[in-house]
Amino acid sequence: MTHRRARSALPPWAAYGLIAAIVLVLLALFAFAGGWIGPSRVSGAAVSDALEYNAGRHAGYRRAHAKGLCISGTFEANGNGTALSRASIFKPGRYPVEGRFSIAGGNPLASDGRNVFHSMALILRTPDGQQWRTGMDHAEIFPVADVAAFVGLQRASRPDPATGKPDPDAMQAFLASHPEVRSFQQYMKAHPLPDAFTDGPYYSINAFRFTNAQGVTRFVRWAMLPEDPLVALDKRTLGGLPRDAVFDRTLKRLANGPARWHLIVTIADPGDITDKATVAWPAGRRTVDVGTLIIDKALPAASGGCRDEVFDPTILPPGIAPSDDPLLTARSAAYSNSFTRRASESARSILSVSAKEF
Amino acid sequence: MPPAATPAFHPVLRMLHWSMAALIVSMLFIGVGMVSTAGPAYSWLLSLHRPLGVAILALALVRLPVRVWSSTPALPANLPRWQARAARGSHLLLYAGMIVMPLIGWAMVSAAGKPVKLAEGIVLPAIAPHDLTLYAMLREAHGILAYALFALILAHLAAALMHGLVRRDGVLRSMLTGNA
Ligand code: HEM
Ligand code: HEM
Ligand code: HEM
Repeated sequence: MTHRRARSALPPWAAYGLIAAIVLVLLALFAFAGGWIGPSRVSGAAVSDALEYNAGRHAGYRRAHAKGLCISGTFEANGNGTALSRASIFKPGRYPVEGRFSIAGGNPLASDGRNVFHSMALILRTPDGQQWRTGMDHAEIFPVADVAAFVGLQRASRPDPATGKPDPDAMQAFLASHPEVRSFQQYMKAHPLPDAFTDGPYYSINAFRFTNAQGVTRFVRWAMLPEDPLVALDKRTLGGLPRDAVFDRTLKRLANGPARWHLIVTIADPGDITDKATVAWPAGRRTVDVGTLIIDKALPAASGGCRDEVFDPTILPPGIAPSDDPLLTARSAAYSNSFTRRASESARSILSVSAKEF
Repeated sequence: MPPAATPAFHPVLRMLHWSMAALIVSMLFIGVGMVSTAGPAYSWLLSLHRPLGVAILALALVRLPVRVWSSTPALPANLPRWQARAARGSHLLLYAGMIVMPLIGWAMVSAAGKPVKLAEGIVLPAIAPHDLTLYAMLREAHGILAYALFALILAHLAAALMHGLVRRDGVLRSMLTGNA
């Protein structure tokens, strides 16, 4: 064993002190990286907490859009999309699709008689292993533009257990600091609420980047526009609807044969805002019909397989990429946390299924 | 462990030790950093986390055979028995960590049914069935083991510095410059 004293040896107390200091500095840096110390930030877990605060904790269910129905079918690409994106899904052909219809809110037993988002979530797969996950709502805009405002909205709009309505003061204060929510409220008031999932339009809301084989990148939004004519619910009598009215009508409609939508891609003009989900693009943008979605099967959420999926909108094939809209990464983080929570809850207790389960 | 035929670790082992140390420590910071935010950092840290984690697994698979087939320095003969045992035990755990952590990460993304994407167009195959319960277990294990690994690394670092600054017995040098 060679022993050689370093020339400038530290006295032991200084050496111990230095070692302790290095370990403590690393611990502090780790705590800072993990957000336990330093400026506070909104995490995926904080989004789940806010959603649970708003709607209660429903073990095993999604923290948002808890009430849903699994669906499956086919996407028939007509080839028009290849000019916009090199994703395989746009090459002419028929591709399997699985997905989920849902209604906004964290309570899986809530009534359908609410003027809230009706949603369609999809996973489109191609034989080469590419996949495109998307979650869409039946409105073109979102109430808030960033995750902090999303959390604020969940907190301010929590229904008071006594009245069933949000605290008007909290809501007033939130609206005063977030005027963009008003344009969303006006939008929801002015636009029809579909009576079933099969006759509703669904919008990506967030913008994305499409890149074609030539390397040209364009900002787009997309929409699934139904072939079934939209039949609107009467918003004045929503409270009197049977709890599962929208779901029941959807099941009845699908029992009569498949429902179809056209996937319409809208291309931004230069200068259009592409990172704010609260702002719609002006009319007159170029649109391309890239194919037809055919949904022919619906299954209850617990047995249909969609329970085990997470419709993270940032899981995209080559040729489609997120825009700089901060809501997209917020959704990715929040969906992941919600997925982890419901997975560990259903791992602990096999879902206790209510009499009628969607 | 093989007999002490050399005063220092093989240069390849030293190179791998320090590059992997930097990678693994970075991964721990990236991991806790990304789950702490739903901001844009979440997505780009996660897209860094997957390929770096798989790179650590690949490097560990190079490192193990080199470790087994090269001769390595013995610990100082005057080291108390319990310390020698703790050193060997903790080194085994560190090796386990650099293999098990990436495998759990890969398996848990598989169990979630998500693509294990390393880069645009590069997706690894699933190594676990798409299963909610399995995902829940692996996700929890990934988090708990990550904290345990960080604690172990801090202890390992403190021990290495003890050798280098207090005992000055050549152990730190055997991993640093090699000329003990
Ligand atoms: C452009 C805006 C948005 C759209 C179009 C949208 C759409 C959807 C859809 C369709 C679902 C249901 C997915 C399913 O059936 O599994 C869903 C679930 C969810 N949404 Fe959103 N969402 C949007 C924004 C957000 C934001 C900003 C947050 C929070 C940061 C959020 C939090 C959630 C959560 C936690 C779930 C449950 C995810 C799961 O457990 O799988 N959403 N969203
Ligand atoms: C040496 C290797 C690795 C280390 C040290 C590491 C460390 C971490 C840490 C500290 C976290 C945060 C845990 C928590 O606070 O709950 C984390 C989360 C995560 N890691 Fe790793 N990881 C490694 C490898 C991998 C690999 C190879 C993958 C996938 C291919 C992966 C995927 C993930 C995912 C998906 C999350 C959770 C993200 C979320 O919940 O939103 N990790 N990792
Ligand atoms: C952060 C600063 C670090 C320092 C100062 C350090 C120092 C050392 C030293 C001096 C040795 C030689 C011990 C001996 O002669 O038996 C060693 C061995 C080792 N280190 Fe580190 N290390 C550090 C980080 C890490 C990290 C992050 C890892 C991996 C997780 C790691 C894994 C190992 C392993 C597995 C050995 C055993 C080598 C063998 O016997 O094959 N070290 N380290």
